[in-house]
Amino acid sequence: MEQLKTIGRELAMGSQGGFGQSKEFLELVKSIGEARSKAEEDRIVLHEIETLKRRISEPDIPKRKMKEFIIRLVYIEMLGHDASFGYIHAVKMTHDDTLLLKRTGYLAVTLFLNDDHDLIILIVNTIQKDLKSDNFLIVCAALNAVCRLINDETIPAVLPQVVDLLNHQKEAVRKKAIMALHRFYHKSPSSVSHLFSNFRKRLCDNDPGVMGATLCPLFDLITVDVNTYKDLVLSFVSILKQVAERRLPKGYDYHQMPAPFIQIRLLKILALLGSGDKLASEKMYTVVGDIFRKCDSTSNIGNAVLYECICCVSSIYPNPKLLEAAAEVISRFLKSDSHNLKYMGIDALGRLIKISPEIAEQHQLAVIDCLEDPDDTLKRKTFELLYKMTKSSNVEVIVDRMIDYMISINDNHYKTYIASRCVELAEQFAPSNHWFIQTMNKVFEHAGDLVNIKVAHNLMRLIAEGFGEDDDAADSQLRSSAVESYLRIIGEPKLPSVFLQVICWVFGEYGTADGKYSASYITGKLCDVAEAYSNDETVKAYAVTALMKIYAFEIASGRKVDMLPECQSLVEELSASHSTDLQQRAYELQAVVNLDAHAVEIIMPLDASCEDIEIDKNLSFLNSYVQQSLENGAQPYIPESERSGTLDISNFRSQDQHEASMHGLKFEAYELPKAPVTSRIPPASVAPSAELVPVPEPSYSRETHQVASVPSISDAGSTEPRLKLDGVRRVVWGKPTYSSPTSSTSNASQSTSNGVTQVDSAANVNSKARKTHDSRKPEAEITPEKQKLAASLFGGPSKTEKRPTSASHKVAKASSHAAEKSQAPKAAVVSNQATLEKINHQPPPDLLDLGEPTVTSSAPSVDPFKQLEGLLDTTQVTSTVNHGAVGATEAPDIMALYVGTPAGGQSSSAENSLPSNIYDVNLTSELSNLTSGTTNAGATLPTQFTKGPNPKDALEKDALVRQMGVTPSSQNPNLFSDLLG
Amino acid sequence: MIHFVLLISRQGKVRLTKWYSPYTQKERTKVLRELSGVILTRGPKLCNFVEWRGYKVVYKRYASLYFCMCIDQEDNELEVLEIIHHYVEILDRYFGSVCELDLIFNFHKAYYILDELLIAGELQESSKKSVARLISAQDSLVEMAKEQRSSISNIIAQATK
Repeated sequence: MEQLKTIGRELAMGSQGGFGQSKEFLELVKSIGEARSKAEEDRIVLHEIETLKRRISEPDIPKRKMKEFIIRLVYIEMLGHDASFGYIHAVKMTHDDTLLLKRTGYLAVTLFLNDDHDLIILIVNTIQKDLKSDNFLIVCAALNAVCRLINDETIPAVLPQVVDLLNHQKEAVRKKAIMALHRFYHKSPSSVSHLFSNFRKRLCDNDPGVMGATLCPLFDLITVDVNTYKDLVLSFVSILKQVAERRLPKGYDYHQMPAPFIQIRLLKILALLGSGDKLASEKMYTVVGDIFRKCDSTSNIGNAVLYECICCVSSIYPNPKLLEAAAEVISRFLKSDSHNLKYMGIDALGRLIKISPEIAEQHQLAVIDCLEDPDDTLKRKTFELLYKMTKSSNVEVIVDRMIDYMISINDNHYKTYIASRCVELAEQFAPSNHWFIQTMNKVFEHAGDLVNIKVAHNLMRLIAEGFGEDDDAADSQLRSSAVESYLRIIGEPKLPSVFLQVICWVFGEYGTADGKYSASYITGKLCDVAEAYSNDETVKAYAVTALMKIYAFEIASGRKVDMLPECQSLVEELSASHSTDLQQRAYELQAVVNLDAHAVEIIMPLDASCEDIEIDKNLSFLNSYVQQSLENGAQPYIPESERSGTLDISNFRSQDQHEASMHGLKFEAYELPKAPVTSRIPPASVAPSAELVPVPEPSYSRETHQVASVPSISDAGSTEPRLKLDGVRRVVWGKPTYSSPTSSTSNASQSTSNGVTQVDSAANVNSKARKTHDSRKPEAEITPEKQKLAASLFGGPSKTEKRPTSASHKVAKASSHAAEKSQAPKAAVVSNQATLEKINHQPPPDLLDLGEPTVTSSAPSVDPFKQLEGLLDTTQVTSTVNHGAVGATEAPDIMALYVGTPAGGQSSSAENSLPSNIYDVNLTSELSNLTSGTTNAGATLPTQFTKGPNPKDALEKDALVRQMGVTPSSQNPNLFSDLLG
Repeated sequence: MIHFVLLISRQGKVRLTKWYSPYTQKERTKVLRELSGVILTRGPKLCNFVEWRGYKVVYKRYASLYFCMCIDQEDNELEVLEIIHHYVEILDRYFGSVCELDLIFNFHKAYYILDELLIAGELQESSKKSVARLISAQDSLVEMAKEQRSSISNIIAQATK
């Protein structure tokens, strides 16, 4: 008997041809499916690649075989391996005449190639031909490829044909042509700019599918340019109205909603058109209101439409009635048990809050619930909302929360994002500078390398400028508190570089300013920093400069400077550093330390980081020096523009005969590696360069001549003289700029010019900060913030009676404040009870997700396929069910809820004779589940799911499976479970 | 816009990938690894959305198979969730109570169906009937081609007898 059955199955399978592929391919898929590890899978795929490489290039492969090879290539590529050796064969397959092969070819190339691939050029011609084909299916296949493969360069090649297809008699072709044009618009807006009228025309297409597709490009066009399309407002409104009134064919209904996807697109477009336009918005009020009323809020798709309505309402000119409706929907979303709806509710709240800020208050509990939710997605969305509703009154709580969260996550992308948000909020709403600095410290400490360097500069500026105007005491207090906090932090290991830069700078400027810390203490810390982060040159540079400042201040105030031994060794080490910047700083430090108090005071004035430095662009203070030099016989300065003629003379005078072209070398010589020239370079280029020094000194040129001439004689023609010449030159050019006061002023001028512009913006920040500081009482810092989270987030002190509710509800700590509880917590309890009841009486909306283990386990047990299995071997099935039951203990419960008959749980497997309408029952329950417990769904079922499984299908599958040696009871029974079951 | 569609099994095996925005093979592997790490580990009661590199990924689990779609920030997540469901319903109708095994062995058909549903990252057709009609038109053409071939081979066979 058993044997007979198997034979029957194999017969059935033979006639159907199984899944339509060769044994080889099935074997491949099967072995991959059974691979226990990634390494094993890779080995199998690599072997397969070898086989395919060999076989695909054999001559005269039958087309059918080739098609299978291509599909195997697709499979390999899908698994993440490189199948580029076969791309060309896929391209060739697109040239084939039969649709079957052509379609496979197009599928493969669209999966393999990005639109910048070299092979595309070989396909364009075929596409052109296929777009003109009589067979609309070939045209469709070609249009699919167009959407994926055509880039801005190849658009002109196919554009005329695609435009022609807009009037094709088949709606499927028109639709795809529209989408192709949309794609072109994305790639290169100008290429289709003359075709915009076509989109308008297609909007009136009598096929709803084409009309729906047209909304995609129109949405993009309207996003860019609203005004041109204002005339379409009425059309869109009337289309939406018709859709909502179920005028479209039944085929567009989706879960009893009339064409919801089209509704959503229309609402998106209306939101754009009505934004800030009262007249246009007024035309929309009625239809949007209708949709609010008609929408089925129990189904997911209904909620999707409702959410889109809220987006629309919050975008168009406000209408109180619609806002009210929107607020109602939002509160339903937030009260829902489904995380998805909560998420959408938070998002919608963030949109509506801009228009009616008071709406947030009634949802404070829900928002705080979401903030404390273990679900990261929901949490992040809530932060988004908080970011939008930040005011000077709640900034501290919000930013603190954000920082806590930032510290707790590892996702760098989001860390960067939330860090920048914190900084933004802190800069905008900071109640006090002290708080700002503390906050910035935290941000830097935990996400320092992820924040923009500008933030660090802002912080430094704020510390330098303090409160801005006349409150010196507060300024110095701020600075010393900054110094103190940094001294505390500096001990921590592995601080981010940016933060260390700020710390070093602040130490340098203000470390010793209030006299609390001795210079040796601060310098010691700075040396520690430089030592601990010895591979970070920027930090070291900041540290050395800070050291210089501290010593300069010490000298200027008349104290004797004793350099710490570690500091001395640091400076010595750095003066031999590979980095010229560090070297220079080290030398500067040494130079400054040896100057007298007066000079030092001029170089490094105390607390002058935000003083403006006047720049004398004419360098008039050098006049006497220049005069003196001239009197001593030096060359007068010749402006660059007049230089070329005189150079010849100087050249002549330096007794070196050279081509005039060499003088150009001054500016670009380093790139010219001409061998014959190099031998002569040294004297030639040195001489003019010496003379081009703005303040020429006769002694200089003589020296350089000597230096340069030696190598030129000793080994002419080698590259060495050139190298040495570089050194010489650098000295010639470098020395004056290095030690002369001119250069230091020019440096300073740069920084001040920056400073000037920065001052303004900083002043803004400051004034803001001060205002908020005045208006705010610092009491929030004293009381534990968690208790008052809700109050501090949503309302001022006037809402005290509501304050403790959320806190006591959510936070365990707050139990000591239970006495403060008012009616609100009760409400929460009640709602909790309500939800509990809901759980008891109907499937919780979370179960909307059919894929949960609970459902998985229950579904196969009533699947007819499984029942067939049950015929053969009941134990197998029970084992499957058990398997599911282990995954979710609530399974029996849900079965009871879903099937509503005793045929739940394991018992169903025993009742193997159940007719297939059990499946329907299951589907009913599933649908009702989708619609969150409505029972009327069953009525529409037969029409929607008439094509349920039949025994034949199941037999086939089973046979194939057995042939391949995979049995449901083996490692992965889920493979056989219905996705929708 | 939908940037890509992924079908991943609970064991992290890839069942289908469709990329509407350009990604190199390397990036694709990285995306798959990252996302399967994120999505497969999420608990059952959490929401079906994940924020990821400035995009949002909407996923839904059917039996042991995760359907994931990556969308822009401003897109409507619930709608995308329903697009996924729409696709599954069409697959279900086509295969007759579809299971993961169908998609494993017939991934190319799943691709064809997806191509009729989404194009260039946008939903092109929201009517199940229209999609089904197009797919069956293509399939019947394939059948016709098969019959032709077999009839030709019959003729040849008879001729050579």
